[in-house]
Amino acid sequence: MRELVIISGKGGTGKTSITASFAILANRPVVADCDVDAADLHLILSPAIKSRYAFQAGYEAGIREKECIACGACMAHCRFDAVRVTITDAGKKICFIDPIACEGCGVCVRVCPEHVIDFSERLCGEWMVSDTRCGPLVHARLGVAAENSGKLVSTVRQEARRIAKDDNHPLVIVDGPPGIGCPVIASITGSSTVLVITEPTVSGEHDLERVLSLTRHFQIPATVCVNKWDINPEMTVRIEDKARQAGARIVGRIRYDRSITKAQMIKKAVVETDAPCVEDIKNVWMQLGF
Amino acid sequence: MKIAFTTSGSELTAPLDQRFGRAFKFLVYDLEKDTFEVIDNKQNLDAAQGAGIQSAGTVARSGADALVSGHCGPKAFRVLLAAGIKVFYSDVPTVSEALDAYRQGKLIESGTADVEGHWE
Amino acid sequence: MNIAVASGKGGTGKTTVSVNLARMLGSKVQLLDCDVEEPNAHLFFQAEPKEKMEVTIPVPQVDEGLCDGCGECAKFCRYHAIVSFGTTPLIFPEMCHGCGGCTMVCPKKAIREMDKRIGMVETSQTGHITLIQGRLDVGVAMAPPLIRAVKGCLQEGGTAILDAPPGTSCPVIATLRNTDFVILVTEPTPFGLNDLQLAVDMVREIGIPFGVVVNRFGVGDNRVHQFCSEQQINVLLEIPDDRRIAETYSRGELIVDSLPEYRQLFKGLLDRTINR
Repeated sequence: MRELVIISGKGGTGKTSITASFAILANRPVVADCDVDAADLHLILSPAIKSRYAFQAGYEAGIREKECIACGACMAHCRFDAVRVTITDAGKKICFIDPIACEGCGVCVRVCPEHVIDFSERLCGEWMVSDTRCGPLVHARLGVAAENSGKLVSTVRQEARRIAKDDNHPLVIVDGPPGIGCPVIASITGSSTVLVITEPTVSGEHDLERVLSLTRHFQIPATVCVNKWDINPEMTVRIEDKARQAGARIVGRIRYDRSITKAQMIKKAVVETDAPCVEDIKNVWMQLGF
Repeated sequence: MKIAFTTSGSELTAPLDQRFGRAFKFLVYDLEKDTFEVIDNKQNLDAAQGAGIQSAGTVARSGADALVSGHCGPKAFRVLLAAGIKVFYSDVPTVSEALDAYRQGKLIESGTADVEGHWE
Repeated sequence: MNIAVASGKGGTGKTTVSVNLARMLGSKVQLLDCDVEEPNAHLFFQAEPKEKMEVTIPVPQVDEGLCDGCGECAKFCRYHAIVSFGTTPLIFPEMCHGCGGCTMVCPKKAIREMDKRIGMVETSQTGHITLIQGRLDVGVAMAPPLIRAVKGCLQEGGTAILDAPPGTSCPVIATLRNTDFVILVTEPTPFGLNDLQLAVDMVREIGIPFGVVVNRFGVGDNRVHQFCSEQQINVLLEIPDDRRIAETYSRGELIVDSLPEYRQLFKGLLDRTINR
């Protein structure tokens, strides 16, 4: 079983649209959407959800209202201004925790003289296993103020790999998270190939260098594709040169094509239409050699 | 001397896990006694952040003198270094093959050159 | 008046809106780049920073003479910033949230808090625009304290535009808190709509008035507009899907400078937000 991870550094480069196209072109893949900050793959693959699992990470404090004596010890020690005071309907003064401001450190739990602060695992969202027209999809959804994490990415990826192994799927395709932090590292370690989708802009160029230093460190074969290359051909050439110097293989260019959005409108991957850029994407897929 | 391997199983024939921080288990092999124990890494594997740091702490507390894994991030490396644990990278499929490679001196101790990565 | 510009996902044109809005404003304005992990508003202004300020957070330091290696600090730390294996614990300041818990629980009083640098706040001046940008040091994951430091430069009674990081996580919330109005930038596509809905949930939860800017208008359909009208959300501006805008952005140029016909559009956004 092989595994292709698609990342981009910066957002908005067309990564998800291209990933969806590969999912259609591939032979019996398992698809994992690890871009849970902006999980959009399901909008194209129209999954039928088979099972859901709660996702917990970190902790959150909660004061038991009835037992709180409003002594203010928690408030005095909280460094995140997460403790507020209010008067209940019954006219009792109490402290309570703002769940968005709480960083789950546990200091208030420790200092509360009445021991009335609960400390529970924080429910951050859920992850799901679904059926789609191109095969199984493992994906996730996060709540407000919940952050993507190495843990969530690992969970989604592991499940995708397990399905692939159990049912003999030859390939796992991973839509990776943005940036270059812990979630990205969790999404690429141990994979067969990383494809970086970038664009010929000042920020695209800047982010690509950081992403490639990551793949080099983990010794994962890196490939690069410039999307919307004809927006700025000179910069495309410059980005490709830099990518080659950084040890990456160039796997083709994709032209600026509004059809990618048009396909999105009708819940299709662009390769399911007859758009001009389809030959570019098919070429990239061939070059990748899966 | 004890040597720790990252693995997803509980036997010598089990796969060598390429990940360190989020490895399922550590198999700690005692070279003198030819025995081993398996330490579960579930708690660290589930950590939202800092899985590598805490996994390295677990390996250090196990009394291992060396670690064989696929890769290891900069923070975990720092802990292992501080604990005096030697780090070896290997991409062989199983723990027993990694153990053989270690015994035959085929594994090269990892340097520190690229451990202070700038991406985390 | 402080206005934040945010979006559910990256690449929707958040920075484009922020920088062009600041340029169109005729009077003094502070432009705060709160996307401290990838600040890029400066790419549109060539001014060198005239002021730089270091930002620190308190992190633990262990006095080895007092520490007996009991490991209580490592047990307490929820962020895995401390690891202990029977000796003096090892500390990872880049993981530390600065909660002070380890100092509190140490039975030997062997932990003190020291200031650790997490990044810089840089100020530069281009005409009437004061650009204040946070830049997180490489290898640091703690954005919110630096964002709060950037916001500490806000002048009372002045006008400011805050360019938020993408998404709906903690750094975004740190940026939006206590602002007067939020502009949510999106695209009229299914992806744009999905990410807008997440952003709307977030802004409503914090309780700040907001409106929507639709970028690349014409590329998709009217589902974003439909959603906005159902939810009684004002659409403040539509930026047409014009390839020349993408090209202008790719070169690091401002739309209102390179494509003067769009000045009126951004003027309208000013009238509906800052000059309201």
